[in-house]
Amino acid sequence: MLLGRVVGRVWCTVKAPALEGQRLLIVQPLTPELTTTGKPLVCADCTGAGAGELVYYTRGREASYAFLPAEVPSDNTIVAIVDELHIKRGSPC
Amino acid sequence: MILARVAGTVVATRKDPRLEGKKLLVLRLVSPEGKLEGGYVVAVDTVGAGSRELVIAVSGSSARMAEGCKDRPVDTAIVGIVDSVSLDSPAG
Repeated sequence: MLLGRVVGRVWCTVKAPALEGQRLLIVQPLTPELTTTGKPLVCADCTGAGAGELVYYTRGREASYAFLPAEVPSDNTIVAIVDELHIKRGSPC
Repeated sequence: MILARVAGTVVATRKDPRLEGKKLLVLRLVSPEGKLEGGYVVAVDTVGAGSRELVIAVSGSSARMAEGCKDRPVDTAIVGIVDSVSLDSPAG
């Protein structure tokens, strides 16, 4: 799972039936130091995250598991809204 | 999911039988600002997207969860036609 910030939204009227009712948000990936890394991506959301919120999202096949038992075709899904982030400076990783 | 613009079509007569009847489109990746980015992908269309339309596509094994793609050799599927994109602040 990776950290990111919600920076926008995408609206689609015509979409896969399984995506009906799902919010699609644009997320900018972040490093743990909260600097931007990589390109923004489109994520489905199962948490109700809002504009500017720090979130973490899961990628790949597992992204669709957030909506089980529904089979939602999503490869990036926001699975949590971050409350706090603690990083130990000088840690080996 | 990726944002992309439909750039063309692919016609293949000889193909995996499980791909028969599927519309294949060439997608050009775009940024949320609408700028064209490098890279093209071929995707199966599940929503009836047309030429030059902005779409969202799902890639990897999740693509097989799109309508009509179950158990088919598909790794990118178009799952939505974009009406609009809004950015709260410049991304990146």
